[in-house]
Formats: sequence, structure tokens, C-alpha cells
Amino acid sequence: MSPAVTTSSEATERAVTGDVSSATASAAASAAAVAEASGLQTITMAKALNTAMADAMEADSSVLVFGEDVGRLGGVFRITDGLMATFGEQRCFDTPLAESGIVGMAVGMAMNGMRPVIEMQFDAFAYPAFEQIVSHVAKMHNRTKGAVKLPMVIRVPYAGGIGGVEHHCDSSESYYAHTAGLKVFTPATVADGYRMLREAIDSDDPVMFMEPKKLYWSKDQVDLGALRAEHAANASAGSSSEGRAAVARPGTDATLIAYGPSVPTALAAAAAAAEEGRSLEVIDVRSIVPFDDETVCASVRKTGRAVVIAEAHGFASVSSEIVARVQERCFHYLAAPIRRVTGFDVPYPAPKLEHYYLPSVDRILDAVDDLQWEN
Amino acid sequence: MTISADHEAQGLADARPDDSEVNDQASEVRRKFGISVEDYMLPARHQIQMVDPSGTLKPEAEQGTEPGHEYPIPGDAELMAAYEQLVVGRRVNDQNSALVRQGRMAVYPSSHGQEACQVAAALCLREGDWLFPTYRDAVAVMSRGVDPVETMTIFRGDWHGGYDPTKHKVGIQCTPLTTQLLHGVGVAHAAKLRGEDTVVLAMCGDGATSEGDFHEALNFAAVFHLPVIFFVQNNKYAISVPLSHQSVAPSLAHKAVGYGMAGERVDGNDLVALLAVLDRAVKLAREGSGPLLIEAHTYRMQAHTNADDATRYREDSEVAEWTAKDPISRMTSYLTGRGLLDDGGSTRIAAKAEAVAAQLREGLGEDVPVDPQNLFRYVFSTPTSQLKEQSALLADELAREASSQKEAGK
Repeated sequence: MSPAVTTSSEATERAVTGDVSSATASAAASAAAVAEASGLQTITMAKALNTAMADAMEADSSVLVFGEDVGRLGGVFRITDGLMATFGEQRCFDTPLAESGIVGMAVGMAMNGMRPVIEMQFDAFAYPAFEQIVSHVAKMHNRTKGAVKLPMVIRVPYAGGIGGVEHHCDSSESYYAHTAGLKVFTPATVADGYRMLREAIDSDDPVMFMEPKKLYWSKDQVDLGALRAEHAANASAGSSSEGRAAVARPGTDATLIAYGPSVPTALAAAAAAAEEGRSLEVIDVRSIVPFDDETVCASVRKTGRAVVIAEAHGFASVSSEIVARVQERCFHYLAAPIRRVTGFDVPYPAPKLEHYYLPSVDRILDAVDDLQWEN
Repeated sequence: MTISADHEAQGLADARPDDSEVNDQASEVRRKFGISVEDYMLPARHQIQMVDPSGTLKPEAEQGTEPGHEYPIPGDAELMAAYEQLVVGRRVNDQNSALVRQGRMAVYPSSHGQEACQVAAALCLREGDWLFPTYRDAVAVMSRGVDPVETMTIFRGDWHGGYDPTKHKVGIQCTPLTTQLLHGVGVAHAAKLRGEDTVVLAMCGDGATSEGDFHEALNFAAVFHLPVIFFVQNNKYAISVPLSHQSVAPSLAHKAVGYGMAGERVDGNDLVALLAVLDRAVKLAREGSGPLLIEAHTYRMQAHTNADDATRYREDSEVAEWTAKDPISRMTSYLTGRGLLDDGGSTRIAAKAEAVAAQLREGLGEDVPVDPQNLFRYVFSTPTSQLKEQSALLADELAREASSQKEAGK
């Protein structure tokens, strides 16, 4: 049997010479089927992420997807649905139930020419892999003076708002953001689900890809064909949206800074504020590491007021980092201290209590009201 | 509810989708080795030892071999090449310990006494194969052809790793115990998916077998049927804690059967037996027999590092016992007895060892200037704006420091 898997560079060569393996050919056929449906269509974030992986696997046979239940089942959230059927069991497969093993094996594969995209089933289930992530994934490039690159993506369904039982709703992004050597992305829109996951897979550096699980079934109208074309154009131009925040809603009176699961909440708060005559700008951070100081600070300098919103506990978190950065850079533009609306500093609550814990529209509007308005 | 023997037997064959694979393995083992799969996976009743501590070749019946666990003696050329590395390895260990005492290196975890394991682990592999060493395996790394000074960079203190792992196919010397075994599993898995016949040898110590990643690595390698040799140097102590506090298994090699792989015990101070056992393991792995677990019985003759005091946890008499089992004197005496080694050969090998020692003294003796900007250069493939800012901050700080020193010098 001829191997269905090649290194990244070989894949490029093959694509150029038109010499594709059977697995790649069947993948191309399935991608063609998806491509037929180009033009605007309503899809979920789950579908966008799934399509991003399928497209990346089709483009490069060194891209592998593995983890717990990602094969025949398609993942407990169905994000890897159909990948095993399309690309075969060599390229999308289930592993034994051991998160450190999954990450550690991915490190070795990335050292040896592959681009693993691995799934940690839930935020809190990734903790057994913490040593591999902190001691190896984050440091390998640095300790070898760049000789070893680890092009790998660790997908983590994270955060709450789904009524999950304990250990299924943690906001673990701060642990990773605090670790030098990891990039940390978190999409909040369907289009970003596709766009950012493809960029994460393309990255030569390891990426913690934090997927807000309560947004998996959020829908939006997107043009997958256009997103593919955008990705191809960016890839050939060597540009990406890494380290770029987005203005999710323009406004003039105050800035709401949010990421991942908190972006829709911030947008809802801005919509409610608009009805009361207050114009709030919403910034979607998107890329926690690297962080886009420029876009965030430009907005705060313009509005002079800011509220940072995150589900995670506020203490020693990404939200505290954002406040510190904005304060250092925008102090003289501020009309009021920056406020935060975050989860309380308590373990993630049981389903019937999470409503009290999570940042809500009302709590955000209260924080906005506290920004020392003159009238 | 009690689980009866009947319950165990009932319908298991139908319930397990992979049962046919297990049966395939059993019949493959029977065809290839003429023994049951259990007898193949369980280590032989005794460790494999070919040359006794006095340097005498043991009669074949007393070498510990059994049907299906047979080990031919390696060829003369292989033995002589290995012996040369053995002598160099001892010299390297002693030279490095001296350099630590002179303050030229921060620390050195010596493999003094374990050099036979070090050499065999490196020499059993082919050029395209991979080695995954620990912090104590510098001699194995050098035996694979990595430059001695580059190998020692990790302990010199100017950077974490001094060699390119992909160039030499040697993982960076790993400190977090057994985490590197999984990297070896991943390298083997990637190679297997591409249809390459790469073999990986991943090293760890006896204490490390208590770590969770030891379990995960062996299980992954077995489930994915990968050509990985897990090579455990059982040197009896994890810093101060003896093996009896780590495991009460009959032996560490017995753990193999629990994962569905073959295990074997070997005298870790007998270079002949080590080469025989590891050569066969590499051959089996390359042929597609899956992973193997090899436990070598050896002894850490010196303290854990220069910062450790071994007299607090072990008796001199125990150390003396192992001095008598030294891997080098045993091999010297065996090869001399066989007529393979004479004074001329000994002189040549000693000179080679001295040359490596001189290289270490020279390389580690010089003060390598460090570049503070390297702090930021290798965190990511391209520095982030935050790192560029911090790099500029440091550059500015250093420039001001330099100009104030210049000022003061006037």
C-alpha cells in the first residue's frame, strides 16, 4: 500500500506536479462537492470549523486530525464529522483516552514532518496534557534556537453557558496565554471559525485554538468560496489575521473589549445601549496571543472609556492583562477607570447557578453606566 | 456482583472488535518464534548476560536465553567499535565531572557506570533512526555522532539545547521525566504513516516508570503498533529513592505484557549482551513486530549530580559491589581474552578518548559570549509586536548601561 501521508513540502511538490495519492484525490472530490455550494449560505460555527479542517487536509496531506472520539463519531461536538470517512483512518483517527499522550505524540509527529490538529474533548480534560503543553509545545522552538518548529494546533472547546456539569465549562485561556511560546486564538463568528482555524493550521508555531462551545451552533450567512479565496490570497501574500482584533460594531461613546463567547453578549449590550442613545464600540480580540494593542488602543483613545468582558475569573486573567495594557498606553485618553465584567473568582458553578456567574447584558450596561459620564 | 470466571469468558470474542488482530498477533508470534504470545511478551526468567563480571564468556545455556528469546553474539567489528565508544564515554563522564568542579559547567548528571547502556542505545540504531535521550544520556547522544561540545551546551548555561535534533535525529536531552517517550512515539507514528522504516529508541530511568507519560507512551506505541524501543536504564535509584519504592512488579520488563508488547531484561553492564538484545529489538521493530520494552540492570556509580550527596541514602558496600561489575574492565578483559584487543589498540583508543576530553576542555573552557537579543529571537517563528517592544526595551537598557560605563571610564 502506498502511504497516504507525506510531509508538508512533499505535498506541495505533489500538488505542483499533479501527482496526488488516492486519499488526496477522494478528498478533492468531496471538497469539490462542498465547493458547488459556494455563494452565501447559512452555516454553523461547527460547520465552519469542520470545513476548515477538511480544506486544510485536502490541501496538505501532512495535516492529521486525532483525539478522543474524533473518528467514527466525529467528535462529541461533531466538529470532525466526516473527516475519517473522507480522508481515511490514517489521517483522522481515535487515540487511547489520554490527553498527555495525544499532545506528546503530536509533538513527535510535528518534529517529523506532520501538521497535527488535535482535539482536547473539553477545556478541563486538557489539564493532564498541561506538562506537555507548557514544557514542550511552548518551548521546543526556543530551546532548539528555531531548529525544531512545532506546527500543531490544539483545539480546545472551552467556556460555559451550555448548562454543562462540572469540569465541562472552564475558561482555561489564561493558563495558555500566560505561557510564553504559545499562540492563543479564539473565534467568535462563523467566518472567523473557518478563517482562523485555517491560519492556525498554516502557522509554523503551535496554536491553542480555543473554541467557545456555546457558539458551536450559532449560525451566520457566509460565503465559503469567498473565504477560501481570501485564505488562498492571504497565504500567498504571507499575511494573516493573526494578532489582529476586529471592530465587531463601531461606536463612539465607550469601547467594549471582548473575545470568544463574550462577543455576542457584548454586541447585545451595545444594541441595548443604542436604544438608550449610547453608542458603544465592540472590539473582538480574536487573537489573544499575539495581542493587537493597536486596534484595541485606537478604539479606547477614540472613545475614552472601556469595559473588558470575559467569562473567565477576573483575577490574574486575560482580562486583567488587557486592562493593564490599555491603562499603560491610553491613560491620558481615559475619562474613567477601565471596568471589567468577568466571571466571579469562584469555581465554575453548577448549571442552575451559571446564569449568576456569566457576564450578562445587564451587568455590562451597569459597568458602562459607572464610567463617570458627565450627564 | 461478583465477576466469575464464566462471566469473563462469556462472549468476549464477539464483543471486542479488535479481537481478530489480537489473534493475528498470537499466530504471528507462534509462527515466528514457536512460542505463545504470553511467553513472547513476558521477559525470559533471567536477565540476559553473556559476559560475566570477570570478562569470561558464559556458556550458552547460562546466558539466560530461552526459546523465542535467543540472542546471537554480535560480530567482532561491532564489538570493537562499541568498545571504543565505551572507553570514550567513561572519559567524557570523568572529564565533565571535573569541569563542573572547576566551575566550567553548572551541573552534570554523570552516567559513570552506565556507559555500556549509553553506547549500546546509540549504536543499535541506523542512520535514519531516532534516539530520545534524558538529561543523563549525554554519552549516548555523543555516541550517535553529535558534537561533544554541542551536547554539553545544555549544562554550560548559554542555551538550553546545543544541537539540532532534526539534523542528528536525536531529541533534545529531556528533563521532565518520560515526556520524551511520547515524542518518540510521535516520530515513529509519522514515519509509519509515510511508509518509512524508521525505528525509535526512547530512553528513561527506573524512577521514571512511575510517571503517567510512561504508561501513555507505552500504550500509544502498542495500540498504534509502532517501531519504538523503550529502553529503561534501571540504575536502582531515582535521586535517593530506591526502586522498591517505585514499583513492586516482578521486574520493570514485566510491565510490557500489560501493554501487549514484548519485554526483556539484560545485564546493563554487559556491553555484549546489551548489543545483542538491542540489535534484535531494533530488527524486530523494523520488521513490524511493534514496540518492545528493554530493562537494563545497571548502577549509577556517582551521586545524582554534583549537588547530591549519595552517602545519605546508600552504603559504600553496595557501591563497591557494583565497582566489581564495571562495564569497561569486563569488556577490556573479554576482548583481550578473545585476542581482539592488544596494547596497540588500547593505546589508540585511549588517545581518541583523550582527544575528546581535550575538545570538551577547550570548548567548555572558553567563555562563549551570549547575545541578550537571543531571548526574543526564537520564541516564535516571527516575533510578535509585544516581543519586539520588549526586545527594544532591553536594547535601550543595555545601550544606556554601555554609555554610562563609557562615561565612567573617561
